[in-house]
Amino acid sequence: MSEPLVKVENLTKTYAMGDVEVHALRGVDLQINKGEFIAIMGASGSGKTTLMNLIGCLDKPTSGTYSLDGVDVHTIEEDELAHLRNQKIGYVFQSFYLLPRTTALENVELPLLYRTKLSHHERKEMTLKAMRSVSMEDRAHHFPNQLSGGQQQRVAIARAIVNEPVILLADEPTGNLDSRTSVEVMAVFQELHKIGITIILVTHEHDISQYSQRIITFKDGKIRFDSLNPIIKNAMEDLKALPPLEED
Amino acid sequence: MSLIAIIRIAFKSLKRNKTRTFLTMLGIIIGVAAVITMLAIGQGAKKIIDDQISSMGTNVLSISSNFASSRTTARAEAGTGTLLGLDDVEAIREQVKGVRYASVLVRSWGQLKYGSQNWRTQVLGADVDFFDIRDMQMEQGYFFTSSHVRSGTKVCVIGPTVASNLFGDEDPIDKVIRIRNIPVTVVGVLKAKGQSVMGGDQDDIVIAPYTMVLTRLMGFRRPMLQIYVSAESKEMIPIVQQSITELLQIRHRDTSSEDFFVRSQTDVAETSQEVSNTMTILLASIAGISLLVGGIGIMNIMLVSVTERIKEIGIRMAVGAKKRDVLLQFIIEAVTISILGGLLGIVIGLVAARVVSQTMHWSISVTAWSIMLAVSFSCLIGIFFGWYPARKAANLNLIDALRYE
Repeated sequence: MSEPLVKVENLTKTYAMGDVEVHALRGVDLQINKGEFIAIMGASGSGKTTLMNLIGCLDKPTSGTYSLDGVDVHTIEEDELAHLRNQKIGYVFQSFYLLPRTTALENVELPLLYRTKLSHHERKEMTLKAMRSVSMEDRAHHFPNQLSGGQQQRVAIARAIVNEPVILLADEPTGNLDSRTSVEVMAVFQELHKIGITIILVTHEHDISQYSQRIITFKDGKIRFDSLNPIIKNAMEDLKALPPLEED
Repeated sequence: MSLIAIIRIAFKSLKRNKTRTFLTMLGIIIGVAAVITMLAIGQGAKKIIDDQISSMGTNVLSISSNFASSRTTARAEAGTGTLLGLDDVEAIREQVKGVRYASVLVRSWGQLKYGSQNWRTQVLGADVDFFDIRDMQMEQGYFFTSSHVRSGTKVCVIGPTVASNLFGDEDPIDKVIRIRNIPVTVVGVLKAKGQSVMGGDQDDIVIAPYTMVLTRLMGFRRPMLQIYVSAESKEMIPIVQQSITELLQIRHRDTSSEDFFVRSQTDVAETSQEVSNTMTILLASIAGISLLVGGIGIMNIMLVSVTERIKEIGIRMAVGAKKRDVLLQFIIEAVTISILGGLLGIVIGLVAARVVSQTMHWSISVTAWSIMLAVSFSCLIGIFFGWYPARKAANLNLIDALRYE
């Protein structure tokens, strides 16, 4: 079997909150292969978001090793981390984090602006392709405040995949959405998974985790359970079963 | 990542906040416009003075009695002592080397009358050389001749201001005007010269043979004379000045030594230039302060903007912006604001200078130097005042920035 995409060994993270030391992660070992769709569950403060931030290269671990796609992340400098975030990682946040007063298209284009050696034409192509894969191409020139929550999250997903990352990380992507829109967003994730994108998703909703292949449960900074999901739900079919809305 | 890409990002961000961008720019616009206008007015004043000094004639020296000395004044009133005399002019003309022209000059005032028109003005009595010393030119007619001077003929030339006030559209040549009721024939009209260094109208003047002025108009036993001399070349001025001083000291030995002084055109020029330079510096520093305030405005807005955009910075970093990219973006935003503001300021400054020159009738002069000064200064302000907020933005912690509410 080939080298795992994500390989985490004995990872710890300690924050200083005033005088108190908070042990967010207390030694985590984890391997994730290409093409997996993982849901990470756990209560608030269990360390799941901290792990996501470390995997997403947004933060550096206190100790332990982490390699992503063959790169030893724990050893590299800040600028190289930025480069990794740009080239290998797509991040979807709970509250979308789209730039205000900026069109959907420009929001999706943002990661490409920080990439060298792309022509204007290539940027346009990649941006449109990402928008098409989340079915947002006809809202390209809308501003975030003109879009619904679900549409904003789809724009954010397009931004996360525009650079064709090796891994897509989503931190509570449905946390700010109603249940129907949540299922819609999960359908988008399942579609992306089908075309071969590796996805890690953090959620505390049991329903949402059921759309993934593998479920990891965190408690007190450690992995408690790590098991394959026996019955993977299909978001597309669930969507058909839901009563139709008057407007999309 | 390339600079062009960061410039593109900075421009997009500025475009997103047009009002804020413009308000920030306003400080720089006003500052630069003020610098340009003030320098234009200052430089204009300097240019006027230069022109006026050259209109005084070339290489001119003037010799006057020193009325600052009270003894001279007392003697003049008593009619004793040795003021400058007509014989001094002859002596200078004959004995001083390097003198091209020399003329006596007496100043008087008089009421002029022609028909029903009245005009009060300065009446100068001069020799024929005065025409060349002062670089005068004739609009009409001719300057009086040496035979007029010798015989004290009642003729005169008049300046354009006098001509238009007395004659209107009428042709003044060969008309007889009355100066203090003495009939004098106008033989010529001078070409316009404009304002003098001191602000007087150089065209509001009547020049007549000094012999006529002395006998008919003044009647002093010992009139107060001035002597105007023009040197053969610029280089000769100090030598001529020295020789005249020595000559007059010998001739006036019997009284106190310094009852006269010799001033060259350069002396006058230097004083005037000093005044106008001081004025320019004063105006420019006031304008400079407003430019500085504009710069602080930029820093202020950029700092607010960094705080307001902490989340945006977090997002940019999350999608791959390096510290350097964020730093450059904010500096470029600040520099763009100040350069655009600078350019707009130049345009507004030029317009303002033009308006000032037309409404106040001041002469202005915009130099490439003052434009370059304003542009480079506003550029520096952008970098200087943009640096601190930019560094603040670049040093934000990614996680904290993302979570910032």
